Amino acid sequence: MTAPRPYTLIAELTYRCPLRCPYCSNPVALDHRSNELDTADWERVFTEAEALGIMQVHLTGGEPLARKDLEKLVARARALDLYTNLITSGVPLTEERLDALAAAGLENVQLSFQDHRPHVADAIAGYPAHAHKLKVAAWVKARKLPLTVNVVLHAANIDEVASVVAFAETVKADRLELANTQYLGWALPNRAALLPTREQIGRAREQARLATQRVGNRMELVFVLPDYFSVRPKACMDGWGRRYVTVSPDGLVLPCHAAHTLPGLRFENVRERGLGEAWKGSEALERYRGQGWMPEPCKTCEHRHTDFGGCRCQAYHLTGDIDATDPVCELAPAHSLVTKARGERAAEPLRYLHRGPPARA
Amino acid sequence: MNLDDRPKLARKARVRLDRIEQRHVLLSPERGLELNASAARIVALCDGVRTVTDIVSAIAEASGAPPETVEADVLAFLGDVEARGLLERALP
Repeated sequence: MTAPRPYTLIAELTYRCPLRCPYCSNPVALDHRSNELDTADWERVFTEAEALGIMQVHLTGGEPLARKDLEKLVARARALDLYTNLITSGVPLTEERLDALAAAGLENVQLSFQDHRPHVADAIAGYPAHAHKLKVAAWVKARKLPLTVNVVLHAANIDEVASVVAFAETVKADRLELANTQYLGWALPNRAALLPTREQIGRAREQARLATQRVGNRMELVFVLPDYFSVRPKACMDGWGRRYVTVSPDGLVLPCHAAHTLPGLRFENVRERGLGEAWKGSEALERYRGQGWMPEPCKTCEHRHTDFGGCRCQAYHLTGDIDATDPVCELAPAHSLVTKARGERAAEPLRYLHRGPPARA
Repeated sequence: MNLDDRPKLARKARVRLDRIEQRHVLLSPERGLELNASAARIVALCDGVRTVTDIVSAIAEASGAPPETVEADVLAFLGDVEARGLLERALP
């Protein structure tokens, strides 16, 4: 099929990150430092992205602040009139550097918090970051930059939604994203420790609904539902290779940040082909565009136009078959994998396999 | 949104031209809202100085449409954009 027009570039500038969150979406098995694209590579990728029709760029990682050229990349994105959003842990950021980023034209800062309670936040992150994040939030607001606060929800904090909303109000967030954990990357081996119960999710959803009514237009509140407790899968990335293009730190052109963990797919690299050519000509992207690849029950399902068959990464990592219907769907042959996982709970809270290099023997 | 409010775009929102489709898009952190020509004209007038009444007059004058119709359309549109968190009311 003809490649659709992408609107958003997710630029994963690096996999380096000081935090060790147990739900990190970065791949578990990875060489973290070597082989990152350089400044000129990214500048070219941004130019090619804009030519392809992209209007928005998320600078993410890992921790994008780990790159010394971040200011240059922001300036380049703005010169191309791309809406430029920084997705960051706030570590390590100084006021001087934030000034430089603002001067380069940064338009929105999305800052992660792990919890509203400092000790719990630091235990989740595996790093004492919370106090510094509070300073960063104040610096962002002092520069009149819009602030998005992102909190990933899981068993240890999902009962705290009302308090998390109040916390986001105290740091004067313009937008709060309450995002339930997606069970891929580091979150999959930590699933039993992270997965909340259906009752917890129900209560959190109600708290979010009441909070939305209370805060009105003062703060935009987004509650991202967890797919493990849904009846239908999420429309992952709004469809494979459709609206979003992700470029990994080493240059792979991906439909999402996890697709290079799928076996047997060869993704193009921006070091070898321009982004436009890679987007349109990639066999791996083409393979799951549209509906031709779908198995039953997706192939004849009325929901295929809205959920696109769900998430390929989830299908593979749960069933071992990339072509399977996303097991989250209650119509999926492998749905019992998800219903079984819902019942598995770790005995101790806050005991995680933290992201990081494996322990040496 | 009331007639004496002075709407302005939220700080996180920005309008840019989509070169491919030749139309304006209202961009914000996770979204792009396509604007048709009249929506783009209304947004361009949301400067935090003009009141909704001023905006209605300007649009009615430029389009030749009856002010009552324009008023209803403008209020509905601004209400929708405000509900998306993309519009603020400037303090008097």
